[in-house]
Amino acid sequence: MIKFVLMVNRQGQTRLSRYYQAVELSRRALLEADVVRCCLSRKKDQCSFVEYKDFKLVYRQYAALYIVVGVTDTENELSVYELVHNFVEVLDKYFSRVVSSHIMFNLDRVHIILDEMIQNGHIVETNKSRILAPLTAIDKMADG
Amino acid sequence: MSDVVEKTLTALPSLLSLDSQPGSAKLSSTSKLGNLIRGITELTSKHEEEKLIQRELTSIKEQVSSPNTSMRQMKELMVRAIYCEMLGYEASFSYIHAIKLAQQGTVLEKRVGYLAVSLFLNENHELLLLLVNTVLKDLQSTNLIEVCMALTVVSQMFPKDMIPAILPLVEEKLNHPKEIIRRKAVLALYKFYLIAPNQVQHIHNKFRKALCDKDPGVMTASLHIYLQMIQENPEGYKDLTASFVTILKQVVGGKLPMDFNYHSVPAPWLQIQLLRILSLLGKNDQSTSEIMYDVLDESLRRAEMNHNITYAILYECVRCIYTIHPKSELLEKAAKCIGNFVLSPKINLKYLGLKALTYVVQQDPKLALQHQMTVIECLDHPDLIIKRETLELLFRITNAQNVRVIVEKMLEFLRISNDDYTTIDLVGKVAELAEKYAPDNEWFIETMNTVFSLGGDMMQLDIPNSFLKLLSEGFESEEEDRKLRLFAVDSYVSLLQGEPGKLPQRFLQVISWVLGEYSYLREELEPATVLRLLAKLLDMKNTSSETKSWVLMAMTKLCEGGAAVSVAQEVSETYSNSMDTVLRQRAQELEHLSQDSELRARVLPRDGGQEPLEVDSSLSFLDGFVSEALAAGAAPYKPPHQRQEELAQAKALSLEPYSLSLPISVSSCSIADRQSPTLLSMSSGLSGDSTDISHKGGATTLKLDGVKRVWGREGYLAQKEPVEEAAHVEVPSPLRSPSQQGEADNSHSQTPTPTPTSEPEQEKQQLASSLFVGLGSQSSVCLMEKCEPTAQRFRRKAKSQGPSSGASEQTSNSLVSTSNTVDNLLCDNVLDTNISSEPAISSPKQTSPLSQRQKGLGLCDIKGRNPSLSKDNCVAANDHAPHEDPDRPKDLCLSSHLPAELSGLPHSEITPLSSNQSLDLSACHVQKEDSLVLVVFIYNSCDSDIQQILLRLDSDELEVSCVCDSPMQEVRSHSVAACQYSLTVKRPSVHVEVGGTVSYQLTVGTLQSVQFSYKLPLTSFIRPLTVSTEEYGTMWLAFSHDTKQNLTLISDGQESLTATLNVLKKKLQLHVVEIIGMEGIVACQLLQDQPCLMHCRVHVGTLAVWLRSPVPDLPDCLIYHCQRALQEH
Repeated sequence: MIKFVLMVNRQGQTRLSRYYQAVELSRRALLEADVVRCCLSRKKDQCSFVEYKDFKLVYRQYAALYIVVGVTDTENELSVYELVHNFVEVLDKYFSRVVSSHIMFNLDRVHIILDEMIQNGHIVETNKSRILAPLTAIDKMADG
Repeated sequence: MSDVVEKTLTALPSLLSLDSQPGSAKLSSTSKLGNLIRGITELTSKHEEEKLIQRELTSIKEQVSSPNTSMRQMKELMVRAIYCEMLGYEASFSYIHAIKLAQQGTVLEKRVGYLAVSLFLNENHELLLLLVNTVLKDLQSTNLIEVCMALTVVSQMFPKDMIPAILPLVEEKLNHPKEIIRRKAVLALYKFYLIAPNQVQHIHNKFRKALCDKDPGVMTASLHIYLQMIQENPEGYKDLTASFVTILKQVVGGKLPMDFNYHSVPAPWLQIQLLRILSLLGKNDQSTSEIMYDVLDESLRRAEMNHNITYAILYECVRCIYTIHPKSELLEKAAKCIGNFVLSPKINLKYLGLKALTYVVQQDPKLALQHQMTVIECLDHPDLIIKRETLELLFRITNAQNVRVIVEKMLEFLRISNDDYTTIDLVGKVAELAEKYAPDNEWFIETMNTVFSLGGDMMQLDIPNSFLKLLSEGFESEEEDRKLRLFAVDSYVSLLQGEPGKLPQRFLQVISWVLGEYSYLREELEPATVLRLLAKLLDMKNTSSETKSWVLMAMTKLCEGGAAVSVAQEVSETYSNSMDTVLRQRAQELEHLSQDSELRARVLPRDGGQEPLEVDSSLSFLDGFVSEALAAGAAPYKPPHQRQEELAQAKALSLEPYSLSLPISVSSCSIADRQSPTLLSMSSGLSGDSTDISHKGGATTLKLDGVKRVWGREGYLAQKEPVEEAAHVEVPSPLRSPSQQGEADNSHSQTPTPTPTSEPEQEKQQLASSLFVGLGSQSSVCLMEKCEPTAQRFRRKAKSQGPSSGASEQTSNSLVSTSNTVDNLLCDNVLDTNISSEPAISSPKQTSPLSQRQKGLGLCDIKGRNPSLSKDNCVAANDHAPHEDPDRPKDLCLSSHLPAELSGLPHSEITPLSSNQSLDLSACHVQKEDSLVLVVFIYNSCDSDIQQILLRLDSDELEVSCVCDSPMQEVRSHSVAACQYSLTVKRPSVHVEVGGTVSYQLTVGTLQSVQFSYKLPLTSFIRPLTVSTEEYGTMWLAFSHDTKQNLTLISDGQESLTATLNVLKKKLQLHVVEIIGMEGIVACQLLQDQPCLMHCRVHVGTLAVWLRSPVPDLPDCLIYHCQRALQEH
C-alpha cells in the first residue's frame, strides 16, 4: 500500500505532497525533511529503495526534482518505481513537456491527475488517456 | 539505472529551470498565487518561509471572508491555502470555504473545492457532514463531469454514517452507459467496503457484475474489492479462480486496447494485481493452484522484455509460484528467474532478487545455496540497503551450524549502522538467534554482551527479560546451568573491572542482577570484591536511579562477611538520605538486612528462583500478628480508598500521584505472572497498570513475520521435538574457535563450490561454506513443511504450568516493592515488630519483606471486622458494646416488624446497634430493585412508654432520606418501632457508614440520646445493569475513570472464566453481558443509575480485570469487592 507521494526539489522544499494515511499536519514537515534527507544522501548508483522506519521509500529523480513514494513492506517496489515514471509521463503528456514550474503553477491540476491514479493508497488507473480524460473535459468546459 | 530513466533525464532537462514558464501563462503574472509561488521559490531560510506564509495566511483570511470574492478568486485562494498547508502551516479557517466552493463553484472551481476538502480534512472531520448535500446534488446532476467529481471525492473520503444517504445513487451509477462513471462508482463502493463493510454486503452480486464488465477499466476497479475480500476470506471466492485466470490470460495475451500498455507491456499493474489475487486463492489449495499453473507459466514466458516493469511482474509471479501449491517445473523456472535478478548488475533488480530470495528460502532453503557467492558479494556491497536486505536473508537461513558466522555479520552491521530503527530490529534478531542456536555458553554470553552494549537503552525490554529468565529458570542439566551462570558472572566481573561507564543502563541492570544472584557460584570471589565493583557503579555520574536501585538490590543479596558488610553500611548510609524514595527504601533494606544475616538468608534465600514459591494468598500466617497488634491498640487496616478520603478530608497534601499505585499492592503482588525483573520494575513507572504489564513487551515487539518462535511466553514451544532431538545427536559438534571453524566446515560442507582461483575468492568461498552449511542436507526433504534443522541448545526444563505461572522469584518479589514504596515506608515498623516477635510464623519462602508488609495491611482489614456478622459483610460498629441481653428480641421477632411492603424482599441480618437501659436499637437493610432501604428497629425495653423519639441519621458517603411520612413520636413499652430510610450513594467507598442519634424523653424534661453507627458494604447498592454488547461498547468509550487488576480465577478448568464470573454475578449482583472465548464483559450499576462496566480476560492463569465508570472511585471499590468475593469463595 502507498502511504504518501512527495515531490521535493534538491533543496528539500516540498512541491507536492499527498498522504493516503492520516499524518498530522504538524508532523508532516518533519517527516518530509527526514525522508528527503534519506533520499538526497544516496548516490546515483545506489538502490532506489530505502528502508525507512517500518516502511520503505521508493524514489526517483528527474533533474532537480525528486519524487518519493512511501510504501508498506508488502508493496512491489519496482512496480511503484515504474508507477512514478508513468505519473511523470502523464504530466509530460498533459503539459506537453513538463517542467517544474508547471507543477508549481498548476498544483491543483497535478493533484487532480494524481487523484485519478492513486486512491486510498492503491493504484486505480494507469491508462494515460483515461487518467487525463476528466481533467481535459474540465478544461474544455472552463474554456468554452 | 534503467535506460528509461536516462532517456527521461535527457528528455526533461527543463525541469531544472524556472526560466521558461509556459504553464504559468494562464496565470496573470501579477496574480497573488503567482506572487506566492515566486516567493516560495526564492526562499532561502526557514525564517523567511515563516514570514512569507504568515503574511499569506493573513491575506487569504481577509479575502476569503469578503462577500465580494468571486468563485474564481475563491478557487485561487484555495490553491494558496493548499500551498500554506503543504508547507506545514495550518489554514483551518479556509476549510469551510473549501466546502462552500465545492458547493457553489462550477467545473474547475468545484473540482478544486473538492480537492481542497480532500487535502484539508481527515476522514473523521465533522465538517465532512456539510459535504454530503453537495455530493448528493452532484450525483444527480446531468453534467457527467460533476457526477465524476462527486464519485471521486466519495471514493476518497466520506462520513461513514451518511453512506445510506447516497448508496442507492452510487449503485444506480453501476449501470451507467459511460465506463468512467461505472468505474468510479465501483471505486466508491470499494471505499464503502473499506470503511463500513456491512453496509455494502447486499450488493456482492453487483461486484460480480462489475468484474464481468465489458470495459477493462471497470473490471480493474472491481479487483480492488476482490483483493480485499479474498484477503479476508479466501475460501469464499475459490469459484472465481477460473475467471481471474481467464482475465490474466487475456491481459498477458495482449487482448486489451493499446492504450492500456505501458512501454509495450500490457496493463502491467493489472497483471500484478491479478497475480496477488491468485496467490491468495492458491495458497494451501492444490486443486485451485492447478487451475493457475498454465497462466503462470505463460506470464513467466511472456515477460522477457528487458524493462523494469516486466521485472516487477516477474517478481510478483515468482512470489505467487512459491506461495501456491508447488509445481516443480514452475519452481525451477521461478528459481532461475530469481537467479537473473540477483545476478543483475542493476541494483534495483538485485534488491528485488534478494527480497524474493528471502521470501523463497522459507519454503526452500536450498535455493540460497545456488546463489551463495552472490549473497556473499551482496554482504559486502557498498550500499547499506543491499547489505541489510542480505542480512534479512541470512537471518532466515540461520541454523545451529552457521549461527556464529551469521551473527558475526549482523553484529558487524550493527556497529556501523546509526539508524535507531535498524539497530532495534537487528539487535532483536541477534538475540533471537543466540537464544535459539547458541553453540556454547561462552559464545552465548559474549554475544548477549555485545547485544546489550550495542542495543543500549533503546532495545526492547524483552531481550534483557528473556535473557534473565533463561538464566534463572535454567535448562535440562543442573551442571550446564551452573556453567552458564558462572561464565556470565566471570564475564561481568571483568566488564566491571574495565570501563563500566561506557555500558548502557539496561546492561548494567542485567549485570547487577546476575552478580547479585549468582556471584556466589565463583567461590574464590569475595562478596566484598563484587560489592566494591557494584559500589563503583553507584558513584558514576550517568548511572540512572533505576539502575542504582538494581545495584542496591544486588548488594542486599551479597552483603556477607565483615568486609562486605562494611561496604554495604557505607553505601546504605549515603543513600538512606537520598531524595529518591525508591533508593532510600533500597538503602534501608540494605542496612537492615546486612546487619541481620539470619533474616537476610530467610528473606533472600540463595537460588530462590529455583523452586516455585507457594504463595499463601489468604495471608493466614499473619493472623496471629495482626490480632496481637489489634489487641495492643493498633489502628485497624483501612483500605486505600478510605485512607485517601480521610487524607483528603484532613486537607492533607494532594496524594494524587501516589494514589494510583496503591491498588497495585493488593493484586499485582498476588504475583500471578512470573515476570522477570525488568518487567516488574517497569510497573513502578506504570503505576497501577498491572493488567497490562505483560503486554508491554508484546506491544513494542518487532514483527518478525515468518520467523518461527521457539520461545513463547509459556516457555519453549515444543513443536517437532523429536526431529530436533535427532538433529541434536547427528549434528557435528560445533567448533571451539572461529578460526578453526572455517576449515572444519569446509571439510564437511556438502555444498558444491566452484574451484578456487584467487585468494580473496578463496576467502569468500570459505565464508560461503560457513554461511550455508546445514542447508543442503535437510532441506531437500520437504518443501511445504518448514523443517527446523537445528539443535536446540537451551531447552527449558519442562515445568507444569501451574506452579510456574503462580509463583514468583524472590527477586521479582522484592522488586515489586518498588512500586509500593509509600506503603512500605508507612509500615516499616510493623515489619520489624512482626519479625522479632513471631519469627516462626511463616516459612522462609513466604517472608519476603514485601509480601509480609502487604499481608500485614491486608490482614488488619480482615481482622478488623467482626467475623460473626452477616454473610454480606454487614458490619456494625458500636460506640458502646451491646450487652448480651437474654430478653432481647430475636431476629425473627424483629423481622416480623419489617414494614409489610419490605417483608418479601431479601434483607440483611438484623444487627444490634446499640442499647441502654431503655432502648435497644437494631437495624438491617433491604435491597429493593431500585433502591436500598435501611430499617432501624427501636425496641423499648423498659416498662414505660417512651415519648418524643427523634431519630437523626447522617453520613458522609450517603444521601439519607426518610421514607415514612411523619417522624416517629413514641414507642410503647416492650414494643418495637421500625423506621425506614432510603439510602443512595453520594461518594463511593468500599464500605459506607451511616451515623445516627436517637434522642428521646423517658420522663418529661430529661432528654436522653443513644448514638450508633451502621456500616454496610458498597455491594448492597450494586444492581445488575442489563445492556447489549453494542451499548456496552459505546458506554465503555465514554467512561473516564478506570482501574485494572489481576484477580485469581476460581478454578483452573476450561470453564474457569464462566465459573468465576458466575461467582461474581451471584455475590455482587452483576450482569454478565457476554462471554466470548477467554474474555467476558460484565455490567452493573450503582444506585441510582451510575453504571460501571467490567472487562475480564483470562491471562496466564489469572483474570485480568478492567473496570470503567463515570463515577470516580467506583471502579476501585468494586474491584475490592470482586477480590473479596473470589477470596471467600
